[in-house]
Amino acid sequence: MMFQGFRRPDGKAGTRSYVLVIPSVGCSQAVARAIARGRKNAVFIPNIFGCGQVGEDRDLVKKTLVGFGANPNVFAVLVVGNGCEQLSPEELGEGIAATVKRVEVIAIQTCGGTKKTVSLGRRIVKEMCEGAARLVREPTPVSELILGTECGGSDYTSGLASNPAVGVACDMLTEHGGTVILSETPELIGAEHIIARRAKAPEIGQKVIEAVAWWERKAAEAGQNIREANPSPGNIAGGITTLEEKSLGCIYKAGSGPLEEFLTYAVQPSKKGLVYMDTPAHDIEQLTGMVAGGSQIVLFTTGRGTPVGSPIAPVIKITGNKDTFRMMRDDMDMDVSRILEGKESVKDAGELIFRELISVASGKPTKAEKNGHRDFCMFKINMNI
Amino acid sequence: MRPGVRTDVKKTWEAIVINEKDNVATSLKALQAGDTISVEAGGAVQEVKVLSDIPMGHKFAIREIDEGEAVIKYGEPIGAGKTKILVGEHVHVHNVVSEPREDRS
Repeated sequence: MMFQGFRRPDGKAGTRSYVLVIPSVGCSQAVARAIARGRKNAVFIPNIFGCGQVGEDRDLVKKTLVGFGANPNVFAVLVVGNGCEQLSPEELGEGIAATVKRVEVIAIQTCGGTKKTVSLGRRIVKEMCEGAARLVREPTPVSELILGTECGGSDYTSGLASNPAVGVACDMLTEHGGTVILSETPELIGAEHIIARRAKAPEIGQKVIEAVAWWERKAAEAGQNIREANPSPGNIAGGITTLEEKSLGCIYKAGSGPLEEFLTYAVQPSKKGLVYMDTPAHDIEQLTGMVAGGSQIVLFTTGRGTPVGSPIAPVIKITGNKDTFRMMRDDMDMDVSRILEGKESVKDAGELIFRELISVASGKPTKAEKNGHRDFCMFKINMNI
Repeated sequence: MRPGVRTDVKKTWEAIVINEKDNVATSLKALQAGDTISVEAGGAVQEVKVLSDIPMGHKFAIREIDEGEAVIKYGEPIGAGKTKILVGEHVHVHNVVSEPREDRS
């Protein structure tokens, strides 16, 4: 099965073709934004870090920014630095250049200030956009898709309608040889042993268990016991019996396949099929991590509704709540509430989602893209120094 | 007509079985004790007489579940029967416990 994609020099394929402008540090953010402003297909990501960070945080920022630049939805990249930051623009540029796509690096201190940098940057980006415009879509196997899955603003409809239906679509994609990313570790609590049992090898499952323990420890340090607080009295009144059930309602969106690989935040999968990425449950940090890990398209389920989109990857919003679909028609792409009315099977709804996935991968714009929503937020662990 | 929507199925279901391995169904509306409703799992349709009132969104057994046997929803164990659970019985906190876990105390 095929979609219409953009072929990149490293052999990978994108569902979109953007020119990405990355500030390597918070100090060059305004200049980078001015460079991308008003140019169709040029996208800026608001990096406020890149300096005052050490150890694992520096590493996370680098992985995330390099991952965005390397994502096959990006045609070419301009990195804009200030000049004295810890995470140098050259280091980012080199990381992205491993994909063989065009990468240019400029710095405000060596260009001679804001005006000269903006002017040079705009010239480079204009040329890159002209190059991007010449590239045409070509038939591409769906096995090349890395699909991110996410849920946010969940309600009782999520575990019964949208997540099971998306699970069917995910199983269809993995059957066609594609890759599905399941993430948001705090949402796994209570069902980690179940997902671990689905791992291809015991060490993959063990990493899932350890990741959950890490998040529980972090939450406990902040005075929160996630496990004991769930399921909440409201959950129980609504019919949820155990924490396993609540967590499975979320996990089920990624389908039922065996778990092939465990990834840390923003790391690219090396396996096909279902893979796990350790991310926060924070919607935008999670989304950013999966897209930095090479995801070219995302299925996002919601009960209450959410406008969220990614700067470079189409995000398809699916709800099982009819009222939410009506109230937030501008933001919701698909309504699967017929499942809850007993009028449509989960399987039929899942097949429709799979078809929409292929259409969007081939260029059909999502509501979040029409709205111009380009949310970006990186996961970090410690304070800046 | 949206592509993929089955028009041959006129039936409106009152409960949903999410995965064909499940031994519980979730009600899509409030059910009364004594109601006989049909549920579909993996293409097979089964009639179940519910033994107590089931609020919307709550579960009832579609197969007998022994004491200690896994309660399956989403194709996975969500807990185990605290007592024997009969077909049509409400399945909730009163008759289900979380699985004891070896890796936790």
